[in-house]
Amino acid sequence: MIAVALETGGAATAGEWIRAATPTYPCLIDERHLVAELYGMVNVNCAVWINEAGRIVRPTESAGASQAFRRHMDRRTYQLSPEGIADKQLRRRVYLDALRDWAMKGGASRHALSPDAARERLRAPTEEHALAAANFRLGQHLHQQGHREAALSYFAEARRLHPESWNYKRQTWELEERGKAAGPEFWAAVDALGDTPYYPRVEMEGMPPSAG
Amino acid sequence: MHGTLIYREQPAQISRAAVDGDDLWLSLDELKTATGWELRPQGACLGDLCVPIPAGREAEFVRDGGTRLNLTALGRLLGQPVVHDAARAVWFFGEAARARASGLSSLEAPDFTLPDLDGRLHSLSDYRGKKVFLVSWASW
Repeated sequence: MIAVALETGGAATAGEWIRAATPTYPCLIDERHLVAELYGMVNVNCAVWINEAGRIVRPTESAGASQAFRRHMDRRTYQLSPEGIADKQLRRRVYLDALRDWAMKGGASRHALSPDAARERLRAPTEEHALAAANFRLGQHLHQQGHREAALSYFAEARRLHPESWNYKRQTWELEERGKAAGPEFWAAVDALGDTPYYPRVEMEGMPPSAG
Repeated sequence: MHGTLIYREQPAQISRAAVDGDDLWLSLDELKTATGWELRPQGACLGDLCVPIPAGREAEFVRDGGTRLNLTALGRLLGQPVVHDAARAVWFFGEAARARASGLSSLEAPDFTLPDLDGRLHSLSDYRGKKVFLVSWASW
């Protein structure tokens, strides 16, 4: 397992979480969100399964996350209802069981996709996505150099060019103002999704079809 | 012009560039140092890869007697996203969407190198021979 923190704030913001987790696996820090760009990740947590030969056997997908928070979370206390907790636990269990199956059986696991099936699930970046990444990176560089106000306009452009990216939204909101990533802007954007899922459905045997 | 050029994730300081609107003209020595590209008889070359200068468009790419190359024009030709901050003279040249897409469709996991909390660098390719569950997370 390799965990990658998409954290423009670097060790200053990711460090306390990593230390608290006392991990036995590499926890890397990605200030530039490079891994998200390389693998087409638009949210956290996202995961990719890579076999011993360095080949992708499951492209980027939500790592068994639940979007029960949309309807089953108290937005003042961030507490999930029992129904929301049950949905979260179920999806996590199904996903982890599948991951363990692949760890044990490798290519013989029913959860390891054929090359054609894996390609079908790839989401190729568009030119707008590439330009969004360039704007984010320029903003990240300027932010790192202390040009905070200048950085914000490039972050806004990245969000405009790649509106499906919750990574850009939430990371840059948090850089604008601590706590903003889970503040009113976030909830307004989530509500604006309507019937669109926050986490695209994970096509996996045993995974519930409903959006929680 | 003095400024910063970030090309293929590598930042470099440039001091002899000429800027004309969105176009960044680099002297051939700075071009080589900052990006690895060179101007050869067969076109703009990066190692063994050579991109011919489109016929009839030479002035868009090369000027000053062949001593400067327009990196922005080359980026456009390659489909690279280019963004610059004029006030702080910072240029960013990203990877073309089609290059990213082509890499992904091969299903070969794109390599990367990142630090852990202690600053030790890890590359995905270090873990070749093992299954890797690559997962993203964030504090925000």
